[in-house]
Order: sequence, then C-alpha cells, then structure tokens
Amino acid sequence: MSLRTVARALPTMLRVGFAEAVAYRAEMLVWVLSTTMPLVNMVLWMAVAKTAPVGNYGREDFVGYFLATFAVRQLTSAWAAWLINWEVKQGTLSMRLLRPISPLWAYASENVAGIPMRLVVAAPVVVTSVVLVGAKAIPQTALGWGLFLVALVGGWAITFMANIALGALSLFMDSSQKMMEVWMVLFFVCSGYMFPVELLPGGLRAVIDWLPFRYQMGLPVEMMTGAHDLPTALGLLARQWAWVVAMFVIAMGLWRHGVKRFAAFGG
Amino acid sequence: MISVHGLRKHYKVHKRPPGLKAALRSLVHRTYSTVKAVDGISFDIRPGERVGFLGPNGAGKTTTLKVLSGLLHPSEGEVRVDGHVPRLREEAFLKKIMLVMGQKQQLLWDLPPAETFELNRAIYDVPAVQYKQTLDELVSLLEISDLIGKPTRQLSLGERMKCELAAALIHRPRVLFLDEPTIGLDVSMQATMRTFIKEYNEKYGATLILTSHYMDDVAALCPRVIVIDKGLLSYDGSLDALVQRVRPEKRVVLRLAEEVDGARLAPLGKVVTHEAGTAVLQVRQDAVNATISRALSGLPVTDLTVENAPLEEVMSELFAENKARRQQAEAEAASAGESVPA
Repeated sequence: MSLRTVARALPTMLRVGFAEAVAYRAEMLVWVLSTTMPLVNMVLWMAVAKTAPVGNYGREDFVGYFLATFAVRQLTSAWAAWLINWEVKQGTLSMRLLRPISPLWAYASENVAGIPMRLVVAAPVVVTSVVLVGAKAIPQTALGWGLFLVALVGGWAITFMANIALGALSLFMDSSQKMMEVWMVLFFVCSGYMFPVELLPGGLRAVIDWLPFRYQMGLPVEMMTGAHDLPTALGLLARQWAWVVAMFVIAMGLWRHGVKRFAAFGG
Repeated sequence: MISVHGLRKHYKVHKRPPGLKAALRSLVHRTYSTVKAVDGISFDIRPGERVGFLGPNGAGKTTTLKVLSGLLHPSEGEVRVDGHVPRLREEAFLKKIMLVMGQKQQLLWDLPPAETFELNRAIYDVPAVQYKQTLDELVSLLEISDLIGKPTRQLSLGERMKCELAAALIHRPRVLFLDEPTIGLDVSMQATMRTFIKEYNEKYGATLILTSHYMDDVAALCPRVIVIDKGLLSYDGSLDALVQRVRPEKRVVLRLAEEVDGARLAPLGKVVTHEAGTAVLQVRQDAVNATISRALSGLPVTDLTVENAPLEEVMSELFAENKARRQQAEAEAASAGESVPA
C-alpha cells in the first residue's frame, strides 16, 4: 500500500483506536493491575537494601528505579502478539487482510492510541517518584529528556516488533502462545523489570547487553533516572536502535512469509 | 471481469487417529495427507453478472472466494479479477473488491458501526461527498439509522449483518463476494438483504458472486449458477437450465375442497405429498396439460399451481448424482488396477 494511503488513514485509525481504548476501560484497569509487579519488586528490594546498599542502589534508588519501571512499562507495552494469535485462530485476520492497508498499521495504531489512557496511570506514578526521590527521578536536562524519549520510543518499537514476530509465528504453527510465554520469561529476567541489570554479575550482564530485552525496559528506565553519562548513553542507544532495525527485519520477514502461509489455515 | 483457469488449491493436512498413543507417536512421526479443496476449475464472469456459487459443505466454494479475493494463494492456475492478480493484493485491487462472510465480522465490537464506517472511509480513501452520499443511501435502504449509533455488541445478529453489509459497501466495491450473507437471519431479514443486494448490483453494475445454503437467496439473486463439488466444477449455466436438466418434471399442486382418496390421485402422476386437502403431484413436462385437465374434471379442485421442483431437491439430487459418478469411477479404477497382471 502507498504511504499516502497510510498517512491519510492514520489520524482516523488513531482516533478510532483511542475510542476503543476508552471503551475497554474495564480491561485497561485489569491491565494496570496486572503490571504492578514493579511496585512489589520495589518493596522487596527496599527490604534487601535496608541495612546496606545493593551495588550502587540504596533504598531511595530502588524506589526511583521501580517507579520508573512501572511508568515505562505502561508506555512501552504491546499486545499485538496475543491479538494476532486470536485472529489467526478465529479467521478474523482475513477481514484485516482484505483492507488496502497492512494489518500491521492497524495493530500499531491501536497500540499507540492506547498510550494517552496509560499516560493517565503513569503520570501520577512519576510525580510520586519525584516527591519521594527528588528531581533525580526524572531527567535533569533537555538533552536528558531527549535521550529518554528516544530510548522510550526504541523500547516500544522493539516490544511491538517482537510482538509482530511472535504473532506471525502463529501463521507457521498452530499457536505461538508458548513462544510468547518463553519470551515473557526472558523479558522478566533479562530486561531490568525484576531488578536493575547492573546488579547482575559481569559475565551475565555482558550477555544481556547483546540481547534485546534490556533495550525494551532497562535502558529507558536508566535514561529516565540518569544512570549513564552521555558517551555511555549514546553507545547504549546505538545498540538499542540496532535492535529496532534487526527486530523490524525479523518481524517483516516472518509476517510476509506467514501471510502467504495463512492459506494453510483456510482463513 | 473475473477469469479463472485451471485453479487448484491443495492443502497439506496433518492426520492422526484419536488417543494418547497416537498423539505421542505424532510428536516424532507425522503423517500428512493432501486435501484437494479446489481441483482444476475454470470459469469466466462478465461485469455486472450475479452468479450463485453452489455446492455441498466442503465443496471448495469458500476456498475459491478466498483465492478470488487474494486471501489465499492458489496452488496452480491463473486467476484474474478486473485485470488484477488477486494474490498480489495490490492496493488498487483491494479497493475494488469486498468479501462479506456471514460468519466473520469487521465491525468494531465495542464501538458503534458508525465508527467502522468512518474507519473504512479513511482506509479506502473515500472522498467526503461520496462517503456522505453512499452512507445516506445505505442507511436509508438498509433502514439502519437508529442502529449505527449503538455499540455493535448490543445489536441483534440481523441488525449486525445489515451494518456489516453497509460497512462492506462504503467504498462501492465493483466486485462483491458474498459468502453466506444471510446465514442465521430470519425470513424477513433475508428478504431485505436480497432486495438490497440486487439493488446495489443494478445501481452500480457491481459483479457479484454469492454462496449460500439458502436456495431462496440463489433463486432471487442469481440467474447463473456455478456448481462445485469436491473441488470440481459440475455445472455452469442458468438456474432454469439446471432445474430442467436435473428435475425436468413439474410439480402440480392441487388444493381440494374435500378429502380425496389416494387411489384417485395415483393415475394423474407420482404423488409427492397428500395431506389435509392438498396434494402435490410430480408429472412429466409434456404431460402437465393433460394432468391439469383430468384433475379439474375429475377432482374437487379449488386452486391449482404448477411449479418447478424445489431447488433444495434439485441440488441434493445433483450432488447425489455426482457422488454416484465418483464412486463408479473409483470402482472402475480399482477393478482396472486389479486386472493388471503381476
């Protein structure tokens, strides 16, 4: 499809996506409740750091880190993989494929359109973090905000592309839900969601630095809390965006081949 | 407008018997079989034609429609729709067609249908003036003005189907594939849908292919029918000619003023039904006039009509014929195999 068609359709797709997000307010509440794990982790790690700091993290640092994790998780989440799995099973993917615009634009716009609602949840948490931890809970300079936003968009892009890739796997196998569960386990362990990756032993951390998970969650959180100097931040952002490109190539390849195989399911 | 030549669509299907043992065995050794959903069919459809695509369950109708709409890639054969190769799913092609599936929906479940219409306007890039005109027309013809503002989930099946059809036609498709569009609808809703579909075809000259198990849909909408069975084309021609070929006999329906003994009806023709003052006779076409004369002179007839056999019967007889022919061919092939000397 042409970019002109996409550009013309996108504002309406986002508006309708927002209307859907508002209509699903009960689900949104459940979703928010299901993402409170960082708050539980925060309490746990505060208890661990009661007598002495863990690595570079004292009690206050853990509060700042996990409240930032909560906010970042709200803003970088994607659920396209579940949607694709369901639509492949139900055959309703056919209805999307009949339209002269790629379903991927629809999944992306539905996802992005939900962000304002999730911002309503994330913003008070960030304000609370500033009250509890002080100004260091958020970037201190305009450049810091800029780097954080780049990391946030990169984190969302990797998460969304991973969702497309995992969802597209359901076009090759009966269901890719187990693969999604494996991905989620790796995400929880390697992304910085359960604990800052900085706390991991050197060798393991080196491996994690080459995997995409940290760039989905840990890096935006670190950018938000000003954990890196500029050269380190730029180096990590370069790796993150290399993953964005890599995940884009993988997701597009799987999707295109998968749609051709959609035949096998009879739609 | 539509040309299909030598279309085949074969699926590789994993097969295993029921039970735990078979399930475990299938982990290491899988058995596949090939399902020939469509096995070499050819036909052409002119612009503006209304064609019924008929066949028993699993005949390959929906598969063919999905190939024509670009959802499935053919295994073999050449398919063109208004000059486009459907499997390439070009934007210009997708803007010209629509596939309406009675069992799948495109309406956004938690939002009113008006939101789906607006979304389709944007996606199909319909100019504002044309959108308003088309929408007004669809809303008026389908009588959905009080429905389009309610969330889709609160609509009845029939109301939803009318809104589905409106959503499918916002961009005025030139080719319309309808797969069981009246499934599950009550009789009056079915009639409304048929009238609307016919009006759309006549007004915009849209080409229309319809599959339906309701023969009333086919009789009301499709002068031409294509019959497909086990992936093979078994008939392509007018509906009337099909009835003539399969069931040339006519039905003479007699309404009687008083109860008549069955023995008095038997000489007139084959008695199909005889109950409560109504008798239905099946007679050869060339014997219809004679039968009517004899009935009027010899029986207390208050009303008399001459009809074709119901389409349902015609179709089931055609499918039975096809099945018998297949079985005979298989038996002949098997006996030919046996007679080959070792």
